[in-house]
Amino acid sequence: MGSTLAQKVWDSHVVHRVATGSDLIYVDLHLLHEVNTPQAFDGLRAAGRGVRRPDLTLGTEDHNTPTIGIDRPIRDLDGRRQSELMRRNCAEFGIPLHRLGDPGQGIVHVIGPEQGLSRPGMTIVCCDSHTTTHGAFGALAFGIGASQVEHVLATQTLQLRRFKDLDITVTGRLPDGVTAKDLVLALIATIGTAGGQGHVIEYRGAAVADLSMESRMTLCNMSVEAGARAGMVAPDATTLAYLRGRPGVPQGAAWDAAVRGWTALRSDPDARFDTSVVIDGAALHPYVSWGTNPAQSVPIGGRVPAPADFADPEESAAARRALDYMALQPGTPMRDVPIDTVFVGSCTNSRIEDLRATADVLRGRRVADGLHMMIVAGSAAVRRQAVAEGLDRVFAEAGADFRAAAGCSMCAALNEDRLQPGQRAASTTNRNFEGRQGKGARTHIVSPPVAAATAIAGRLAAPADL
Amino acid sequence: MRPFTVHTGTAAPLRRSNVDTDQIIPARFCVRSTRSGHADSLFADWRDDPGFVLNRPGHRGATVLVAGNDFGIGSSREYAVWALQDYGFRAVIAPRYGDIFRENSLLNGLLTVTVPIEAVEEIWAAVEADPAEPVTVDLERLQVRCAGNVTAFDLDPDVRERLLHGLDAIAMTLREEELIVRYEASRHPALPTTR
Ligand code: SF4
Repeated sequence: MGSTLAQKVWDSHVVHRVATGSDLIYVDLHLLHEVNTPQAFDGLRAAGRGVRRPDLTLGTEDHNTPTIGIDRPIRDLDGRRQSELMRRNCAEFGIPLHRLGDPGQGIVHVIGPEQGLSRPGMTIVCCDSHTTTHGAFGALAFGIGASQVEHVLATQTLQLRRFKDLDITVTGRLPDGVTAKDLVLALIATIGTAGGQGHVIEYRGAAVADLSMESRMTLCNMSVEAGARAGMVAPDATTLAYLRGRPGVPQGAAWDAAVRGWTALRSDPDARFDTSVVIDGAALHPYVSWGTNPAQSVPIGGRVPAPADFADPEESAAARRALDYMALQPGTPMRDVPIDTVFVGSCTNSRIEDLRATADVLRGRRVADGLHMMIVAGSAAVRRQAVAEGLDRVFAEAGADFRAAAGCSMCAALNEDRLQPGQRAASTTNRNFEGRQGKGARTHIVSPPVAAATAIAGRLAAPADL
Repeated sequence: MRPFTVHTGTAAPLRRSNVDTDQIIPARFCVRSTRSGHADSLFADWRDDPGFVLNRPGHRGATVLVAGNDFGIGSSREYAVWALQDYGFRAVIAPRYGDIFRENSLLNGLLTVTVPIEAVEEIWAAVEADPAEPVTVDLERLQVRCAGNVTAFDLDPDVRERLLHGLDAIAMTLREEELIVRYEASRHPALPTTR
């Protein structure tokens, strides 16, 4: 029997098979950010251990950092201390760190790919659940907690039980105006927040093959919202075109050799998946979330559901709570939901393609009166590129607030960018959990084109509605 | 890590599914840099509600949390585990968990037990009827016991061993250091480095 892509990557990283059935897996790249890590370094010091491979480890500052006034110290004292500890810990253990203001700084899941560090066939871990993003390259990439961070720092390995395999085949061609974000929201609405639990998703099919690397990253990013450990796309010509010429990526004969290895990384025709799901890509629409988990999403032409629409009593109860928190009436058309804040950013949708899609909708238009639209690039490099393409002018002319620095910004309310209680946002982020963007704040997850159209309309809208 | 063998205590019935780690501890409390001191941040936004289970007098001092499906989904923040432990919880009982939360919990000695939803319902009913009804989580016999009901559960044998004896996972891996060195020698030279 053949192997899946995920099994092939796993098998090539087994350091040791433990008799009871788990494997010691080698980690090729360990990414760090300032949250979730000080405790791991304290643990190392307390045990008198060092960092085994600082040369396979990279830190960045993204979660706590401000997006304006970056020369001022972080206002929140705990957050400032966490960032100071990050700098001290990286210096002490010889780990390279992109500090706020550095040209290579940005959201950890944006800079890995853009710096050519995320490549096919690698194992990549980070103290962050959206590490699944890097799977777009055919890497096995997943989030870990602080104790596992400490384990990787000390040993460059993790002891894990093999993940299961979930095949998600998306057939057909996505209609115009439907993005990878809509695809993944539709998928999560179909299989639920636990649909991928314990599994690695491999995304396959014609609609996935058509996606750019940026879009594949959006897709893999939200695999964790379907409960999956990781999401992967097998490397192909699109992957190679993205990687070619990036820093440190092999060149010449070494490139050819690397390509031979990478293109062999695909699931065998007779590979066995534990679970399979088929989605008709051609039938999809732009999706928006109405509730407090990403599975609570509907097409933008749909309506807010009623608790009674859900046969499962648990889902019905969850819908009742979500409607209460979101202050929505069942039956309301999604397009009638008024929005006061639009946020374009986060590791899901803050790459150059996302900013271009946003600018395409904003060009020649004005953001609705009284609505605040904030755009935050995923990395300093993305921001430079946007400026080079004149997108900053498009944003300014439309009345949007394009922030000076890159980072997580309003995605997780860990810095000064956060919503006030009762505010309602359309966000290109990945989580609409209660309080995610600020205590009492309400989040509708959307794609960048829908975010931009919503900013113009002042209520949830797709570009075709303008 | 503090070993876990058998624990008996009172339980808090959390009748919710999809409890994400942003609810267990909102992000604004994850800027702290220590493993302890998070008890007050646990379910911080829900605790504003006087009817929330942890605010009900009968469930004060509960050491076992009993939750619905998919407890601990979302962010990888280990703060969620530390906050539960700081508050006094030694075990969680639920039908399913977010994968990363589960791994984090078991590395910290917070035993997360998986039982069918029917067993969760039985415990909810028993401890709601009488909050003093004790719940026993027995890692030696792989059983949950409450109000005369006995439910078996499963746990990875490596993890069970580690929890029973409070072993240090890193020390155990470092015993295989020779194999790590050997693996490293075989890694492809074209793999990226960060400096
Ligand atoms: S952008 Fe949001 S989801 Fe992504 S790493 Fe930052 S806080 Fe996490």
